[in-house]
Amino acid sequence: MKLPKARRWFASVAMLLILLLTATGCTEKMIVLNPKGPIAEQQRDLMFISLLLTCVVIVPVLILFAVIVWRYRDRKGRTSKYTPNWEHSTKLEVIWWGIPIIIITILAVITVQSTYALEPSKPLASKEKPITIQVTSLDWKWLFQYPEQGIATINYIQIPEDVPIRFEITADSPMNSFWIPQLGGQMYAMSGMAMTLHLQADEQGDFWGSGANFTGKYFAKMYFDVKSTSKEAFNTWVSDVKASSPALTLDGYKKLTEPAASEVRTFSGFPEGLFEMTVTKYASSHNHGLSWKDIQKIDKQE
Amino acid sequence: MWERVKTFASEFFVTGDPMIYGADASIVITMIGIVFGLTYFNKWGWLWREWLTTVDHKKIGIMYILAAFLMLFRGGVDALLMRAQLAAPELSLLAPDHYNQIFTTHGVIMILFMAMPFMFGLFNVMVPLQIGARDVAYPFLNALSFWLFFSGAMLFNLSFVIGGSPDAGWLAYPPYSGIMHNPGVGQDFYIWGIQISGIGSLMTGINFIVTILKMRAPGMKLMKMPMFPWSVLSSCIAIIFSFPILTATLALLFLDRYAGAHFFTLDGGGNPMMYINLIWMWGHPEVYIIVLPAFGIFSEIVSTFAKKKLFGYKSMVYAMMIISILSFLVWAHHFFTMGSGADVNAFFALTTMLIAIPTGVKVFNWLFTMFRGKITFETPMLWTMGFIPCFIVGGLTGVLLSVAPADFQFHNSYFLIAHFHQVIIGGVVFGYFAGLYYWWPKLFGFKLNERIGKWAFWFWNIGFYLCFMPQYALGLMGMTRRVVTYGWDKGWWEMNLVSTIGAGLMGIAFLFQVWQIVYSVKHLQKDETGDPWNGRTLEWSIPSPAPHYNFATLPQVTSQDEWWEEKQRRLQGIATPATKITEPIHMPKNSGIPIIMSMFWFFTGFGFIFDWLWLAIPGLVGVVVCMLIHSFNYDTDYYIPVEEIKHTEAAIRGVTS
Ligand code: HEM
Ligand SMILES: [Cu+2]
Ligand SMILES: [Cu+2]
Repeated sequence: MKLPKARRWFASVAMLLILLLTATGCTEKMIVLNPKGPIAEQQRDLMFISLLLTCVVIVPVLILFAVIVWRYRDRKGRTSKYTPNWEHSTKLEVIWWGIPIIIITILAVITVQSTYALEPSKPLASKEKPITIQVTSLDWKWLFQYPEQGIATINYIQIPEDVPIRFEITADSPMNSFWIPQLGGQMYAMSGMAMTLHLQADEQGDFWGSGANFTGKYFAKMYFDVKSTSKEAFNTWVSDVKASSPALTLDGYKKLTEPAASEVRTFSGFPEGLFEMTVTKYASSHNHGLSWKDIQKIDKQE
Repeated sequence: MWERVKTFASEFFVTGDPMIYGADASIVITMIGIVFGLTYFNKWGWLWREWLTTVDHKKIGIMYILAAFLMLFRGGVDALLMRAQLAAPELSLLAPDHYNQIFTTHGVIMILFMAMPFMFGLFNVMVPLQIGARDVAYPFLNALSFWLFFSGAMLFNLSFVIGGSPDAGWLAYPPYSGIMHNPGVGQDFYIWGIQISGIGSLMTGINFIVTILKMRAPGMKLMKMPMFPWSVLSSCIAIIFSFPILTATLALLFLDRYAGAHFFTLDGGGNPMMYINLIWMWGHPEVYIIVLPAFGIFSEIVSTFAKKKLFGYKSMVYAMMIISILSFLVWAHHFFTMGSGADVNAFFALTTMLIAIPTGVKVFNWLFTMFRGKITFETPMLWTMGFIPCFIVGGLTGVLLSVAPADFQFHNSYFLIAHFHQVIIGGVVFGYFAGLYYWWPKLFGFKLNERIGKWAFWFWNIGFYLCFMPQYALGLMGMTRRVVTYGWDKGWWEMNLVSTIGAGLMGIAFLFQVWQIVYSVKHLQKDETGDPWNGRTLEWSIPSPAPHYNFATLPQVTSQDEWWEEKQRRLQGIATPATKITEPIHMPKNSGIPIIMSMFWFFTGFGFIFDWLWLAIPGLVGVVVCMLIHSFNYDTDYYIPVEEIKHTEAAIRGVTS
């Protein structure tokens, strides 16, 4: 017999795969499932809830599939029933229109709630005053400006733990997407507009982020380091940068916009209003489906 | 002078890569080979009369499928190259520019020049036969559709060796695809290649809607129609609403690039997001356009090989119609992370989830078609069996993606790549394979070798899971799509290596399929019955391969599985008496205009790509002249006399009875 042999083979390959997965300590590397901040944490929980809910239907269906195929295969001496003209049963069909409808309804409720709860432009609840970091996607590097601290960096972010960060994101290059997997989901970086994304790190540690939307030749070099430290260490770092780095000039910025990858760099200052200038340079004044009311509401909350 | 020729040639032809020189050489050699072969065997006339000018839907279908197979090869080689580049960290098998071109052409070719023509091929070969028709509604238009697809595909493929390939991804988002960031001709090849074949797709959509609505055999009410034509109908409805959007979108992008308009640019008030909305208003329905016919194929196959009536026929029909409508309401799930606000995201998350309901219902119906059946596992059924679990898991990850806030983490990562390959390969590719294996004996009059087919099946499946399951993990490890390489520090290499091995197995699987066809042609297992699978629908009631007029007398339909019922009646000795052949058959005449007109389209496209108006304008003039000539041609059809039909029928049926 051909089939059982092939099936046995398949089973052993699957076992091998599972073995490989566990042996490589892969679960730990799945950083999205290893969140270090409240947003990423809630997103992970959502992943698990939706996975569980869908599994409620899918696992039984997979089992049913295997049982049916096994039982009703055509073979000698089989005793299972054969009803060639049975083609309709209102009861059964109501059941299987019903089950997915119920599951999807539950999932829908959860999704709508979490969509509002996790809306990226919504500030995080916290006693701490949020820090703003202005993010610009350039060809092929990230420029980060700290307007309150007056410093800027390339391909490197340092943040204090437990403090909400308000990222304002734009691009001076093709559209990109700003993503720090362990802190939370990504947000597009587009020229002519400033998107807001609120994230926070709950603990100290080294993370990394990347560009997630293709921007051309050296797109694969758009990784950056993210370091979460104590507030004191953050402040020390800021003063260090202020004391020891050169300032970014307008000419320097023009150089940065030229297409090339870059190492990590720090700047003790930057031209005032640089970020706003970048945004308005391309602004075609469109607002992303946010109604005027939404915008006012967000402004009020802040 | 010589210098000028040299600089022109170095810009015109793509240079500097051994792979491309290899391609140049193989193209030239193949061309010479084809020309030589045709001349040597004196086959030019035959090729022209029998194939290039044909309006026979079955031959057009075969040409579509052949083209799709070639494109599957090209797209597959691209895939293997990418997987090889990603097998280990910090490889430099492919330079970044080259990698970007390869993932772009891979995506475009697989969706538009592999899946679409494969699908149209199956429409063509089977829809008329299944509904008991002698042809499609507009045979001339049908031929034109094929040749437009063909010249679009050739134009697109040419970019590999001439001018340079596009590199902005298969949906070519501006501003990156705009002239500012992408000054070469690659994007123009993209625009014109898709545009020309897209016109053909739209016409096919119209053609099959009319065919299905108007050309069914007497007695075949819509609710007695087999499931495959239903799926074709739902897919074509989506085509006629979505392809005009694509045409308009690409036209605007072309105006931006060519005429300095500012629809989608960064400067001059352009808005790239508008493009992204528009392209996905086509792009999302497009994925349902290609998967719906696969659903139809699976329905046919499940009931044939379980030897049972399809369970829940009406549910299936409603489910497909609902899917084809809903598919237009979900496009923004491709950019939840664009900051549209919670209202918009919640709406599109909900509509996306809704699609899971009718899709789930279909799966239940297939399961209960097998329930209390007598299942056998010939290759078409095997592919259907492979499809079900694969699609269920792919559907699950799709639902996960539709949870908008969670998608902020999945989006643009390898999780997404794994999901869509799972539904596209598991649903679309497996589905079309199943259809091809199922209908092959009807098309060619012989069966494909089952044993080699089973090897191919297992290699495809094992390769598939090895290739794409690790990619879900990679996505959760933070690996984003479209990266040419990655560092050792990320810990992604094991998963990537496994994935590449899986891709290799799929490559081997493809070779098995080629071998299967070659082997089966050599060791011809002629099918004398016309009905090798004990089928249920009308296509199995006529001899294989079908005569060019399909049905000598139009069948009278009384039930859903007409041919099955007829066989049951025959077993009970109450066979319907064969109707006498008394009427000549009205047939369309072959025409050279479709292929010639498409060639003019090709010149037009090529001219615009290189900004050569001396070529583009004559091209357009040629198109118009072809249209005029055709509209003044009143000699487009003929009748097959009764005697000749009787003769043909006796010849093909004589052997069996
Ligand atoms: C048969 C084995 C296949 C393999 C190994 C494979 C592999 C890949 C790889 C490595 C990528 C690039 C991911 C990236 O770097 O972003 C990709 C992208 C893609 N593939 Fe496939 N693929 C296969 C089949 C298919 C098929 C059958 C289709 C469609 C019918 C398809 C459609 C696509 C699309 C649309 C993209 C996205 C291209 C883009 O990023 O613009 N693939 N595939
Ligand atoms: Cu925008
Ligand atoms: Cu979609």
